[in-house]
This record gives sequence, C-alpha cells and structure tokens, in this order.
Amino acid sequence: MASGIKDKVAIIGMGCSRFGERWDTDTDGLINEAFNEAMLDAGVERSQIGAAWLGSALDQVNIGNSAIPLATSLRLTGIPVTRVENMCATGTEALRGAAYGVASGAVDIAIAVGVEKLKDTGFGGLPVPTKGTLNDLWMPYSSAPAGFAQLASGYRKKYGVSKEDLKQAIGRVSWKSHQNGAKNHKAHLQKAIDLETIVGAPIVADPLGVFDCCGVSDGAACAIITTPEIARSLGKHDLVTIKALQLSASSGWESSTGGWDGSYVKNTRLAAKAAYKEAGINDPVSQLSMTEVHDCFSITELVTMEDLGLSEDGQAWRDVLEGKFDADGEVPCQVDGGLKCFGHPVGASGLRMVYENYLQLQGRAGERQLKNMSMGLSHNLGGVPYNSIAAISIVGILED
Amino acid sequence: MSNTSTVGIKAFGAFIPRLRLDRAAIAKAHSWAFPSIRGKGEKAICSWDEDAITLGVEAARDCLGNHQDKIGKVTFCSTTAPFADLQNSGIIAAAMNLNQRTGCLDAGGSTRAGLNSLINDLVNTSEQDQLVIASDRRRAQPASPAEMRYGSGAAAMLVGQGDLIASFLGGEHLATPFMDHYRMSGQPYDYYGEERWIRDEGVVKLVPATIEALLERSGTETAAVAYFGLSGAPKGSDKIVAKKLGINPANLLPDFQENVGDTGTAHPLLQLSAAFERARPGDIIVVAAFGAGCDVAVFRKENGSRKPERGLAGTLKDRIPETSYLKMLSFDGELNIDWGPRAEVDTKASFPQQYRAADQILSFTGGKCDSCGAVQFPSTTNCVECGTPDTQKPFQLANDNAEIATYSADWLQYCPAPPLYVGLVQFTSGARVLMEIVDVGEQELDVGMPLRMVFRVKAKDNLRNYRRYFWKATPTND
Repeated sequence: MASGIKDKVAIIGMGCSRFGERWDTDTDGLINEAFNEAMLDAGVERSQIGAAWLGSALDQVNIGNSAIPLATSLRLTGIPVTRVENMCATGTEALRGAAYGVASGAVDIAIAVGVEKLKDTGFGGLPVPTKGTLNDLWMPYSSAPAGFAQLASGYRKKYGVSKEDLKQAIGRVSWKSHQNGAKNHKAHLQKAIDLETIVGAPIVADPLGVFDCCGVSDGAACAIITTPEIARSLGKHDLVTIKALQLSASSGWESSTGGWDGSYVKNTRLAAKAAYKEAGINDPVSQLSMTEVHDCFSITELVTMEDLGLSEDGQAWRDVLEGKFDADGEVPCQVDGGLKCFGHPVGASGLRMVYENYLQLQGRAGERQLKNMSMGLSHNLGGVPYNSIAAISIVGILED
Repeated sequence: MSNTSTVGIKAFGAFIPRLRLDRAAIAKAHSWAFPSIRGKGEKAICSWDEDAITLGVEAARDCLGNHQDKIGKVTFCSTTAPFADLQNSGIIAAAMNLNQRTGCLDAGGSTRAGLNSLINDLVNTSEQDQLVIASDRRRAQPASPAEMRYGSGAAAMLVGQGDLIASFLGGEHLATPFMDHYRMSGQPYDYYGEERWIRDEGVVKLVPATIEALLERSGTETAAVAYFGLSGAPKGSDKIVAKKLGINPANLLPDFQENVGDTGTAHPLLQLSAAFERARPGDIIVVAAFGAGCDVAVFRKENGSRKPERGLAGTLKDRIPETSYLKMLSFDGELNIDWGPRAEVDTKASFPQQYRAADQILSFTGGKCDSCGAVQFPSTTNCVECGTPDTQKPFQLANDNAEIATYSADWLQYCPAPPLYVGLVQFTSGARVLMEIVDVGEQELDVGMPLRMVFRVKAKDNLRNYRRYFWKATPTND
C-alpha cells in the first residue's frame, strides 16, 4: 500500500508573475519573474537546484516543445529538466513531478515552473488544438465555454433548478471573484462588477455570459520544493508541506455511456476522494481553511463545490447565493480572484492556486489575508466535464 | 413495350432541406437595384453543411428505411456534385452502409440526368435491385431569375422486380442541341436563353412529340394519363404541353414552385414521388424532363405497399422558415464574411485515418461489446464500460433513436451557421456521443428532447478544397 506524499516534501519558496495581458514581455520574462520571486523567498542558490519540471499546455503560441525553453531561460546546466502537459492540470503536474522527485530521494531541491503566453494568439479564448486524427474526424470543434456550459443543462435537469435561479447563482460565483480580485495587485482583472451586469452580459455559450467565463492570460508561477529536513537545515520554520497530490483522468465513460447525468465532474470526485484520504481529511468543510478551484466558468465552480464535498449534492447553488464561499464565508473560495480574475495562463494556473494557499498559510496575503489557516486545497480541471483531468493539491502547515 | 412488365419502382424516398427561405426576402434584398422583382412562396435552401451528397443520402435513407435491400448498383445523379473527380456515389454507398461490392456510378451533365438514369436502370435491369438517387444543391447568381426559381432537394428510387409501387411501361429520349441553358465546367452559375423562345420553340415543340412517341410505343392512351409532370421548363409549360397532348390539366403534378423551387436532376423524381403518394393502382403516370432535349417515362401505379420513412409529404412538412437572405448567400459561398481568427483553423484530415475509420465515420458504425453489451462510439480496442479488449462488434447508430443528454449553444467557436449547438447525445441503444445539433430553428433545446441523425458535411478544408462528412443530430419535430 502506497504511503502517499503527505508531509514528505515542503515548499520553501514560491513566486508568481503578474497575470494579464503581458504585451510587455515574453515567456522568458514571465518565467524569470516568477522564478526570481521564488528564489528570493527560498533563499537558495541556483546551483542547489537538482531538477526542474516545466508545465506548459498550448504550443500554438508559446515556447515550443520539450524542457529546453526552461533550461535556456534559467540557464540550467547538467540537471534533469522535464516538460509536462495535462491541459489545465499542467501546473499541478509540474508540481507533482518536482514533489515526487524530491520525495523519492532522487534530488534534494527541485523546482516546478508553469507558464503560458496566451494573449499572443491574437484573439480571446483558447486556440483550437487537434484532438487526434480520429477524433478530429467526428468530434465537434466546440469552445471550452460550450463544453462546460453543458454542466448547467445537466445540473438543472437533475435538481429541477430553474434557468433563472441557476443564472443568478452562477452570476454570484463571478461576482465573488470580482470582489476578491479587486484586492489582488497581481490579478488580470482587478475591478468589482455588480451582479446585475454579470447576469445581463451577452451570452458566450448558453447559459454562460461573458462574465461567467474566465479569460486567458499570460503568466507564470514557480515553486521550490525540498524535504522538511533540508528546509529546517536552511533555517525555515512553520513549514508548508504538501498533504496530498492526486489526479484523475477520464476513461471515456462520461462521454460514451449513459451512466453520467451531466450534473457533476466525476474526476473531481475521484481525485478529491483520493486526496482527502492521502491528507487525512474526513470533513472538508471544517478541515479546509480555503480552496482555490478551477473556476474556468462560473458553473464549474458551483458544481465543484459539490464534487469536493463542500456542498450537499443539489445545494451548491443555494450555498453560493448564501455566501458560504465568500472571503468571509464558511469555506472561502478564490480569495485571490480565481481563474476568473487572477487569470488563467493554463500551464501556470495549478501553481498559482498553490501560491495563494502558500501565502495564506504563511500569513503573507496582505489585504486579503484569511484567519485561522491550517490547510488549503487547489483544484484544476483540464479538458471538459465529460472528458476531463482533475488534479488536487492540498498544502498545510507541518505540525511538529 | 408490354403492359405486363414486371420491372419498376419498388421503393421511393424524398428529401427537401428543412430551411425554407421566404422569396419575398430575396425580392426585398434586391429592391434597391430591381424594384420590380417580386417573390412568392418559399424555396428550399441548404444549410452550409448540406450538399448534393448529404441530400442524396437523406433521400436514400427515406427510400430504404430499415429494409435490408440487396443493392447491385447506386447511381448518383447531380449537376452539383461536390467532387469532380472522386466518386460521389461511393461516399453515398459508404454512408448507407451498402455492401462494398455495390456498383457505383455518378451521372451528371444535365438536369435530365435523374430521369435519364432512372429510365436507364429500368431498361437495363439486373438480378439485384438498383438505387437511383437524384440530388441537387442548386446555386444561382444573386438577383437572377434562377435565384428565385431554384431550390434544393433529392429523391431516390429503388428499381427492380417483384413487389412494385409502379411498373415501368417505357421510356423515351430526345437528344437535340437546343441551348435553353448551360453552365461551363468550373463555373458557378447557369446561363439561360430567352424564356419565350425556350418555351415556344423548345418545350412546346419537342416535348409533346417525344411523349406521343412513347405513349404510342407503350400502347397507352393519352386519355388514360392520370398524372403528368414536366420539369426543367419555363413556368406554365406543363399546362401548354398537357393541353396540346389532350391530357386533362387537372392531372398535372405539382411543380413545387410554391414551396421548394426547381430542384434540377431531382425534380422529375420528386414529381414521381408526388404521384406515387396520391395515385391509385392502375393509374398511369407520365413524367418528362426538359433540358436541351428531353427524357420521358411512363409508369402504372401498382399495389406495392412499401412506404418511404417520411416521404415527400413528410419532408415538405418538416420545414424551418427562414427570412434571412444574407444567410442563404453566406451558406452558398456568395458572401465573404469575416469570421475572425477562430475560423483560421486548419482542418486537414489524415487520409490513412479516414480510410481506417471509414465505416465509423461515414456509416456511423460504433461497436457493441460482446462481453457486457455496451454500445459505444467510436469503437476502440477496450470496451468503455467493462474494459474487455477486442470485443467490439459493428453497431450502426445512424438509425438509432436518441435524445439530448446535455447541450449548449456556442457563440464563441467558429461555425458557419452560428450558434454551434453542441451536446452529448444519448442513444436508445445506450451509446452516447458528443455531437453537433443542427437545424434547430427558433425552438429551445432541452435535456430529453428527441433527436434523429442526419448525414452532413463535417468540415470544409478550404486550403485543399476538400470536404469531409459525418453525422449530426437534429430535433425530430415529429
């Protein structure tokens, strides 16, 4: 029986670039912005880095294949550097690589970097990648919002929620992120928006309006990983350790059989179950101090609250409306603005979520600092609800 | 030819595209330049993803239904076939899941090709049944009379012996270089001679003589003709010809100008379909197709009880009213819309993959697991439900009933007919497939709404002038 990753590695440094329309720089600049902050935070030398993992998801306008762009950007020499890609779970994959590398004993200090330069596509939203030669022959080329919007029709049908009620609830999800993002100077969108504007916005993919969708951003995030022992030897206290790293990918069951009702994301539930077990969580509502979830679209966040066990099935829309996940609610969610407002540079997002948890756990989140922090959860969702990859990271303060 | 012929039509089918454009919208759009243009009724127009192949497949499906006919040959007749050199009938045969040994033939070169090919198969019978499909997605120059007159549609006829809907009493042809209209290869539009000259010097002199010759040869009295249809001729020509022959004008078959338009090669076969839907056993039916000469055929209605799935009446009724002239122009490639950078995606298909997956893609054949019974698409090595390898047996989804499991209307993704309706489609067999939902019209979709499958253009590769096909779902409206 595997013993899991809990408390085997510590995060001793993190950095995150400013997210947004970074016309001022390229991927090299973004990587260095995040890396420099993380290195300053960790207080280690570049020569101490034993291995690196790079996450980048979309090749259309980016750095190209392989890990060479990271090695070149940071001038890493003679160490293993690996590129990983798992759609929106890419940042968490990079973290998993670095954490597993350190936990295995193969390396003392490893870094995980996630980066994406998406604004250079010349249009909003994600580029359309190939889905493989067979799938391209039959699968519709639909946008990401249309993929996630289908959760809304499935959810409404299962729980008998009216179109109007659900529209209000998902609008409230985005309203909350805008409230929070307004307090984050690194966020792409830093403006509070009123609920009426959000609900009345033009439709992108029914029922999702413009404000129900996160945009795409340029950005990078970086984590520096080592063992708790080495961390202590470096003079670190109140260590933030990884409690769980879990991932689940679709077998095709949801989109190819009649078993799935479209109201939830199976992989989030599977990954959460495994992550809670690994982290020793049996009551997420009381044990998790905060969450950063994959709110690529407002309906995704709403459904994720049920998938993570933070709301009863069929009740998340009510919980959202009642403020359960607001910054001052029972389980704050997207305190940094989430994908919706902090931004979504795909390969960086998983690490950006951990970055917020890390800052909050260390009491360094400034104006948006929460109280009584013990554990924070990050959740990525790659693909579409019926064909997804869910990744969950849980980090917390190491108890002595 | 003898009246005791046992060769004839065993089954028929029709398909008219659902979109019906109000002709007044065409007139209104051109009124700034041509204030005298008038438009009455409506014409059937194709969506961006319909062409002569897809219309033909739908007509053939209507004709064959769920019958397991052994078909020896498929003839596809069209003046608007998508491929100039790649057998269009071969794609149709694959979509229809016909035996690979089925003979395939493309016929064109004249709007008479439909009736001409039908007569040809009826004369040259074979032991196996033969399927004749006539289909045209007609395109005309904006503001031309043809733009008002033309419509799109398809018809299919199963020719053979045995249980007949109509027996074939004979056919007649006339070949003459009478230039009523033409279109040069590679050109988009037809060019017409003066209508009065076409009618008075062409139709009225050439057609009656050909029909008379046929009736005399087949021993049929003119007075016995219960239904008469003429296509390819100027409006009103059918009445003049009927009068000249002594056929009761009340016996005229519809010219479909009110609700469809002139469908080219399909037109005489659609008129035959109209006759079959209203005739009684023993009734004599004559159809003639004009166009630089003519073809004529005479049939007698028989007792054959086989019915199309929906038939002409059904497909005529299944309409989505359309009032946007610009939409038709865009669908026809007449309007060069800036669809934005999202439309710049390269849609090149891998020919090896396309060939390997031909049955999956063209006839929508998935797999049914031998071990657990789960039906799935696409069919891959390991069952999606039980994981057992190599258990998939072919299972065709094209005729399976389905309903919406999830859906959205996508306004972001490039689609030539926005919004792109997309969702998980749940089949009665248990299969589930992510599909485009087309021909939605003004109705609101919802989970549980019944759907049926239609064969459509999946994507156009404008870099390589190629198009590929797949199936899409559409609300049944039944």
